[in-house]
Parts: sequence; structure tokens; C-alpha cells
Amino acid sequence: MTRRALAPGTPRIAIAIVFGLLAVSPPFVSSFLQALLTQAVIYAILAMSLDVVLGYIGLASLGHAAYLGLGAYSVGILATRHGAGFWVTLTVGVLLATAVAAVFGLVALRATGVYFLMITLALGMVVWGLAHRWVSLTQGDNGISGVPRPDLGLPWSFAHAIPFYYLVFTAFLVAFGVLRGIVRSPFGATLVGIRESESRMRTLGYHVWLHKYIGFIIAGGVGGFAGVLWAYDNGFVSPADLELSTSVEILLMVALGGRGTLLGPALGAGLIVFLKNLVSVYTQRWLLILGAVYIGTIVYAPEGIVGALRQWTKGERAWAGR
Amino acid sequence: MREAPALALRLADVSKEFGGLRALDRVSLAVAPGERRAIIGPNGAGKTTLFSLISGETRPTVGRIALFDRDVTRLSPHRRAALGLARTYQITNLFPRLTALENCLLAVQALTPVKLHLHRALTRYPALFERARGVLDAVGLGDKEGDAARNLSHGEQRQLEIALALAGMPRLLLLDEPTAGLSPAESHSMTALLKKLDPAITLLVIEHDMDVAFELTDRITVLHYGRVVADGFAHEVRANPLVQEIYLGAP
Repeated sequence: MTRRALAPGTPRIAIAIVFGLLAVSPPFVSSFLQALLTQAVIYAILAMSLDVVLGYIGLASLGHAAYLGLGAYSVGILATRHGAGFWVTLTVGVLLATAVAAVFGLVALRATGVYFLMITLALGMVVWGLAHRWVSLTQGDNGISGVPRPDLGLPWSFAHAIPFYYLVFTAFLVAFGVLRGIVRSPFGATLVGIRESESRMRTLGYHVWLHKYIGFIIAGGVGGFAGVLWAYDNGFVSPADLELSTSVEILLMVALGGRGTLLGPALGAGLIVFLKNLVSVYTQRWLLILGAVYIGTIVYAPEGIVGALRQWTKGERAWAGR
Repeated sequence: MREAPALALRLADVSKEFGGLRALDRVSLAVAPGERRAIIGPNGAGKTTLFSLISGETRPTVGRIALFDRDVTRLSPHRRAALGLARTYQITNLFPRLTALENCLLAVQALTPVKLHLHRALTRYPALFERARGVLDAVGLGDKEGDAARNLSHGEQRQLEIALALAGMPRLLLLDEPTAGLSPAESHSMTALLKKLDPAITLLVIEHDMDVAFELTDRITVLHYGRVVADGFAHEVRANPLVQEIYLGAP
């Protein structure tokens, strides 16, 4: 009971503190940390977008790096070869990722469970293969370098780390606001219903496939959004960005942070990005550590960090009542 | 004003085969609007398969199915639900981690265009909440709205099953063993609850408990090895020697 009594305000306060730190701290930390924070926030957007599919619809996708790649290559190609500005690359990147998700969804959503996993994996590899082999467009393995920092037509420049960080952070807030609005909407509730019992949703009168499809497309579009920022952050796009290991990492971010909680995956993204960069200082066996973290999550916190905290503080979750 | 259909449900020579097994064998059935019909028969007679065919979760191998005079043989489950069909499951099929109220909210919005709204929080639709609470009250779960479905007792879960089916205001309701696993007292209150249903709702009930079947319904269809072996009013079916043989063994 005491735990319950403690609960209601605590998560909100914790979230407010983290958001406050993210908003205030960058100018006061080292440039290395600034770079890591920027990366973490971009990956947070990506992880939140995958959470719509994995956490809300309940389908594990191993091809989410494809949307990161589509957004990133849109920037790489348009910005370096055609001198396109931020708003153009952003629009093209998001629309392209959305359109590809709409096509991939037609194929992948015929399956569930491990078959969905394998199909999304294969589709992700198709995009990777294109990036790798369509050399005239993507410059293949060499990648596209020299992506300039974006110019939004605003009176200040985003060439430096701090302003660029705030651009990314604003993008994160926008993505979070949009996704949060969606998962709390009546439509978002139907995704949870599908996760809990697809057959029941069907006999209640839901066109289950359509709901999954819309959710899948939204996830792809937001994934592309993250990819656009990723290309601007890195200044470089290569097939390595959309390898299978990236998809696995995103999946782990969601699982580690807590499926179906949006902020959990964002937290997971932060942890993985930091862990990866700190561990890499000492060893090249990063994937080994990643595997250990994954096993640890599945065994000790199957609902992820946020899931475990929620259970600890207030038991059941709810998107409506309370 | 919609013209009253001649039949709420019609099955014409419907068969269903699973591999080599013929679960239903040329079943024909006609249920009038407002009728209360029980489907009885021993285990494995094909009763639940019959419900899955009517709700569209499986398709018949041959034969045709019509709801409210409209051929629905090839219609998907959600389309059939939109025509006014609802069902419950013998093995409780709820949204286990959602609260009783959330379960009902999903059921209430299922047949409204609101289900595709993604620009506004669900909590900003008070009318949905009102209806969901109304349905919970109707099945006697009004004080359990905040409990997760999986934490409800078995009897309460059965009540929630009914609530989900009623939420869409169906014209034809399929109840798959509504009293399965209930204590005598719970079974009694469930029967009382079902007797209070709007008489306009056509009711098809699979029931093992003969007393419940006779109390709820006026006509009975007996299935045996996938075939309709008897069909008629309760006293006729009771007097049918074949039915007596099936239930009591050969003399």
C-alpha cells in the first residue's frame, strides 16, 4: 500500500526531470556527450516509432532500420546532389518511408508472430541490398559523404552541435507528441485490443488488418523522420546504417525500455546508445554485450524497465480508466 | 425504417471439413427474428464449429449462410458484426490485461466511425464511456470497471463476455455455453440475466445444462456427429427417441 501511495506523482516528476535535463544540460557537457545525446534522441524517435508495431500491435519487426535508411538516403541524395533544403528532404524522407511502409505492410501483415519477423527481416534486407548495390544512386559501400548540416531558413545556423541538438530535441518532442496522441486515441486503443485478442476484435466488428496496416505505416513514416535527422547528424549515409544489426538494436531498445509505453523505448534507446559507445572504448565485442543485455531483459524484466517500474509502483496499467 | 427480415439466420446445406474430418454435415437451420433457440448435442457434435461458421471466423466447405436475408457466406467477421451479429466464446476470450471498462470501450466503439479517430484522446469521448458503463451495469459488473479482466473471477469474466457481446447492440446473439464452469448460484444469476435480454434480440445458445436450455429457449436443435438429428419445441425434442438414445445410451 505504501508503494501505491507513493506512486501517482512519481513517474511524472521523474519524466519532467529527465526532459528538463535534456533541455538544459547540453551546453554544459563535453562535446563527446553532446554528440551522444544527439544520437540518443534520434534513436529515441526511431525506437518510439517501432514501439507502435511491437508494443501496441504486438508484432516484432526485424526490418525497422529500412525506414531509417530511406529517410537518411533521401537526405544524402537530395542534399548533396541537388542541394535540397531541410524541408524538402524532410518531406521526401518521411513520405518515401511512409510509402515503402505502405507497400511492405501489404506483404508483411499477411503473417503474424515469427513469420512476420522473418518477412520484415527479408524486406529490410531488400532495402539494404538496394543501398549496397544501386551504386549509381547510393554510391554503394562508399556511402554518401558530405551531407551538410540543415539550413531551416531561420536566423541562426544549425552547423554547430548545440543548435543542432536543440533541433533534434524539438523533433523528438514533436514525434513524441504525435505518437502519444495516436496511442491514446480511440484508434490507439484498437491496436492494444488487437495485441490482446485479435479474434475478439474481429468478432466485435473491427477490420483488424486495416488497423494493423495504418499502425504499420505510421511507424514507418516516423522511422523515416528519424532517418532524416540521422543523416544530418552523421553527415554521412552508408549501407551500414541499415544493416540487420541496426534493426536488432532498435528492437532491443524497445524491449529493454518497455514495450507499449513510448517513453520506455525512448529510455531504452538512450541506454543502448550510451552503453554501446562506452563499452566500445574497452572492447570490440559490442554485440556480445548487446546479447547479454537482451537475455537479461527477457529473463528479469520481460516488460522492460518501465514495465517493471509500473508493476512495482501501481500494478495494472490503463489507458482509459483510473 | 428497415424492413423486418423474414429470417434472422439461415443455413442451407452447410458442411465443414477439417482435413478428412467432417465436423458439420449438411446442416440446415432457419431461425426467425426474435426466436430463442438452443443448440444441444454431445461433445464434438460440431456446435462451436457451427458458431464459428455463422460468425465468419471459418468458412464452410460447402453450403450457404444468410443473416437477416442477406447472403454472408463470403463475408468477413467484422462485416457480419456490422450487420448486427455478436458472439461470446466458450473459452473466455477477453482483453486480459485491460480493465473491464476498457474491454467494454473497445466493444462499444467497434461499430462506430470513432474507432479510426487518431487525433483526439479516447477520454474525450464521454458518450463512449457512458455506454460502456451502461453495458457493465447491465451485466452487474458496474463496481468492477477498474479491475483488469484477468483479475476478475471466472463468473465475472463470463459476465464480461456477455457485456462485450451486448455492447454493439446486436440483433442476433450467439452464446457459446454462457454457464460453462459456473457454480449453480452463478449459473442461476447468469440465466436470470439472459432472460432479461431485450426480446427483440434473436438468441442462439449452445448449452450443456438442459435446465438452462429449456428455461432460456423455446426451440431446440440437436446436433450429433455434425448432423441435425432433431429440431423442434422442447417437449417434442425431449420425447424424441433418437435424442433419448444419444443422451441416455441405447436401450
